[in-house]
Amino acid sequence: MRIGCPYCGERWNDEFVVLGDADAMMKHPAEATFALFYDYVYLRDNPAGRHRELWYHQGGCRQWLVVTRDTLTHAVHGVETARCAAQDIEAAS
Amino acid sequence: MSAQPYRLATGGLIDRKRPCHFRFDGREYTGFAGDTLASALLANGVSLVGRSFKYHRPRGLLSSGAEEPNALIELRRGAAREPNTRATTIELFDGLEAQSQNRWPSLGFDLLSLNRWAAPFLGAGFYYKTFMWPASFWEKVYEPLIRRAAGLGRAAGADDPDHYEKSFAHCDILVIGAGPAGLMAALTAGRAGARIILANEDFAAGGQLHGDGGNINGTAAAAWVNGVIAELAAMPHVQIMPRTTIYGVYDGATYGAVERVNDHLLSVPAFEPRQRHWRIHARRAVLASGAGERPLMFANNDLPGIMLASAARTYLQRFAVKPAGRVVIATSCDDGWASVDAALAAGVAIAAIVDTRSEVDEALLSLGRRSGAAIYCGGDVVKAHGGHRVGAITIRNATGSNTRHACDGVWMSGGFSPLIHLTSHLGARPQWDEQLQAFVPGQNLPAGLAVAGAACGDFALGACIAAGQRAGIEAAQACGFSAPAAEPILCPETSAAVGVITLPRTAAGPVFVDFQNDVTAKDIALAAREGYSSPELAKRYTTLGMATDQGKTANINGMALLAAARGKSIAQTGTTVYRPPYTPVSFGALAGHHRSKDFRATRLTPAHHWAQEQGAVFMEAGAWMRAAWFPKAGESDWVESVIRETKATRSSVGLCDVSTLGKIDIQGADAGVFLDRVYCNTFSTLAVGRARYGLMLREDGFVMDDGTTSRLAPAHFLMTTTTSNASKVMQHLEFCHQALWPDLDLHMVSVSEHWAQYSLAGPRSRDVLQRLVDRQHDISNEAFPYMGAREITISGGLPARLYRISFSGELAYELAVPARYGDATVRALMAAGGEFGITPYGLETLNAMRIEKGHVTGSELNGTTTARDLGLGRMMSTKKHYIGRVMEERPALRDERRWQLVGLKPVDRSHRLKAGGHLVGRHEPAVTANDQGYVTSASYSPMLEQWIGLGLLSAGDKRHGEIIRACDLLRQSEVEVEVCNPVFFDPKGERLHG
Repeated sequence: MRIGCPYCGERWNDEFVVLGDADAMMKHPAEATFALFYDYVYLRDNPAGRHRELWYHQGGCRQWLVVTRDTLTHAVHGVETARCAAQDIEAAS
Repeated sequence: MSAQPYRLATGGLIDRKRPCHFRFDGREYTGFAGDTLASALLANGVSLVGRSFKYHRPRGLLSSGAEEPNALIELRRGAAREPNTRATTIELFDGLEAQSQNRWPSLGFDLLSLNRWAAPFLGAGFYYKTFMWPASFWEKVYEPLIRRAAGLGRAAGADDPDHYEKSFAHCDILVIGAGPAGLMAALTAGRAGARIILANEDFAAGGQLHGDGGNINGTAAAAWVNGVIAELAAMPHVQIMPRTTIYGVYDGATYGAVERVNDHLLSVPAFEPRQRHWRIHARRAVLASGAGERPLMFANNDLPGIMLASAARTYLQRFAVKPAGRVVIATSCDDGWASVDAALAAGVAIAAIVDTRSEVDEALLSLGRRSGAAIYCGGDVVKAHGGHRVGAITIRNATGSNTRHACDGVWMSGGFSPLIHLTSHLGARPQWDEQLQAFVPGQNLPAGLAVAGAACGDFALGACIAAGQRAGIEAAQACGFSAPAAEPILCPETSAAVGVITLPRTAAGPVFVDFQNDVTAKDIALAAREGYSSPELAKRYTTLGMATDQGKTANINGMALLAAARGKSIAQTGTTVYRPPYTPVSFGALAGHHRSKDFRATRLTPAHHWAQEQGAVFMEAGAWMRAAWFPKAGESDWVESVIRETKATRSSVGLCDVSTLGKIDIQGADAGVFLDRVYCNTFSTLAVGRARYGLMLREDGFVMDDGTTSRLAPAHFLMTTTTSNASKVMQHLEFCHQALWPDLDLHMVSVSEHWAQYSLAGPRSRDVLQRLVDRQHDISNEAFPYMGAREITISGGLPARLYRISFSGELAYELAVPARYGDATVRALMAAGGEFGITPYGLETLNAMRIEKGHVTGSELNGTTTARDLGLGRMMSTKKHYIGRVMEERPALRDERRWQLVGLKPVDRSHRLKAGGHLVGRHEPAVTANDQGYVTSASYSPMLEQWIGLGLLSAGDKRHGEIIRACDLLRQSEVEVEVCNPVFFDPKGERLHG
């Protein structure tokens, strides 16, 4: 698999470290309740198809990226920095 | 030495001026450069090359290429020995040594061939049905017996003496295969200007052209191939890679390849690898892998001398070797008849020609009649006869009567199957093509991959060449190049290779389907009868296609038998899907240089050589090499060194290299706010010039890491992490900043390797430092108290950082200098400390002293402990939000029965305590049900003069004074221990402030 890093260009996947579901992990609960945090920490969907995931370009620019990847084909449909995605999330909420 | 009795006088792509001497099973032979081991063996009349896997039947060469199931041999000797290598793909070299395998005592006389008399009992599912009980017999009796009887080659059993490399390549178009289609694709796209890699499994380009000859564009095929290769080689944007197998297709248009750089030489030249693993990224790829011939199915079809017709032609024409003197040609397609001319030209007599089809083209029949052979249309081979080589075969004619013909070879053709393995590596299913009687590439091919030539069912040479040109043009255009129209190429009209799969009609003996795994037609029928009738189940039940050749010659015949047994068509039953690798890949090639000590890089601190000079014994800490202790003459045990180092440190001064700690420089207006959110305690209130111990939690409430963080300026912090978590913490902080709080104004960078850092500990540590620190910096107790942190200069202006922090519990400092001054600084400190008897100490003493002080480290911060468990609950702020706060408050994490940090002291002071032992009640049996915790760290304490330890014990906080047992069942040790406060030495911390 290859990921097109917005800073470094298209690179082999072994330069990256994957963390998981971007939308789940980037939306910190607004209230400090067990129920909200339980979902935030433990509950993840496992979609067959397009999935927005957090990847860290450890062997490159050290940026966290949100990679839209098809879990069935490993096709990468889009890459943006987590910083941009986080600002979008903030703007939307 | 023999004179190659079966070598033809002329012809072949061999260099008769370069003889190669080689040994097979200890006997000496000679071949020529350009031979494979297989062709050289045939030239010398060696037709028995191996014994079969299960029944130990004598086997000869079935094929001439990578699909070979029989001729597996052990190549080279000693540590370089390589088992299960196909003789058909080994390029002959002078000095080659090879041995047959899976035979005892010799290839000609194999005692285990008795297995074949037991064959009626060794059918599919035999192991599943027979070795059911008693269960304990499996490991001790059955498996060793089976392993001895059924097997392949022996591994070398020693370290591979050769080197392997990993490389990466990028190109516009990857062309896989250098037969007619591949050559044309590469040439057409190369002329258009595309960057091309042409990968060819064989050492010679041309593919089946060398077996079938003929003239192309008015010149001999071999000369035409040379012309194309010369033109490609002259193009700077084209890379030709012979001896390179593309073994797998991966996501993102990535192709795995193994280049056998020096496998064709006796020894690998200095500084070169034996093999090179390539990861190739290609925008487009053209698969021109050709097609493989299918064996016919008849009784004893595995006898030596029986081979695929196209292979026989390759031996005759490419290698100028006569595989037999008198043959029977058995075919189910026109292509098989191509062997008639080839045989006659080489002086091979043809006893008979059998075609399973009743209607055969008249031109072929007249060709056959001219050869003087008996011709049987609509007939089939019933059985082959012979011991170590076929001696005769029985043919049944169309009306059902049998005739026996003497022969020493059978050349068979059951039609061709396109080699479409790579097309299904990403999951695409092959499709049955009724017209072609073969599976062809299905839908959803890997992105960017096109298939051309025989691999796509274009079996005739003209169609193959045209398809290659078309694929080259399309690929070049897809990459943005304008390709010229294809020029017409004149070539012979070849016969169609579409063969009818003919099922065996009688059971006059074993009919082999998978030669390498000894799977017979009967086994497949049995699998279907017993319900294992889907292709995937039948494969696993019979082991069809599961050997090292992945059933290249077996699968399609097997699927045809399976379909017939179920009364269905092949299109209905389908086939199994191919997976990488196409041919076996050695672990060496996959590992490259990453093995033994080179598995990963070793990190050395700037003072490493100084420590070596002091005689340090090193240990690995992650990738770092750290001094473990510094033995003095007369010390025979590390404990002796630890006692001396600890006592010297606690009584005067010791020095320890702590450069490996992770260091993260954090700067910005919001750095304090950021630290408040990632640490459970507060940092925004930390005064400039001060350090604070910090504890970082994970979002689930458990402890992630600890370390001291100092404030060097209002907007400048320096964080330290544990050695092992340095990169994990960096990644976590980057995540928090970029993904959670991008609005915070700060930047961070890892400076772990920028600073060399030394801990000076002991009552005289300040005295030593004062000799190095420049005068203007006051480091007296009043001016620079405990937990001070300051930028200073030493030795007349060298910028440094000084932290008054302590892991040993003594008055202690950590002095950081730019890494390039590390070596000089440690020597200067040692010189300055000379009069105080300064003593270097290593990790073991560091560990002994921190256990004496009850300080936690990785053994306790192990991902299962909370701040409360470790007695650090009070560090967690209640006035702010931070990562882990909410989940840490879960009731279960506050359960009093959780395992909590305690100190442990053997009741008998002479007993030794070992980390890893589990804690149980004093009088309880040491079983899992009674497990109350375990010993996390243990060391000899020089100050208490006994072994001590830290442990995690259920409700440990309230059990100080209780006597329990530490049981280590693996190392058979049981020690009665007293639970105590984890701080063993100087519990009030008075020494810190000295």
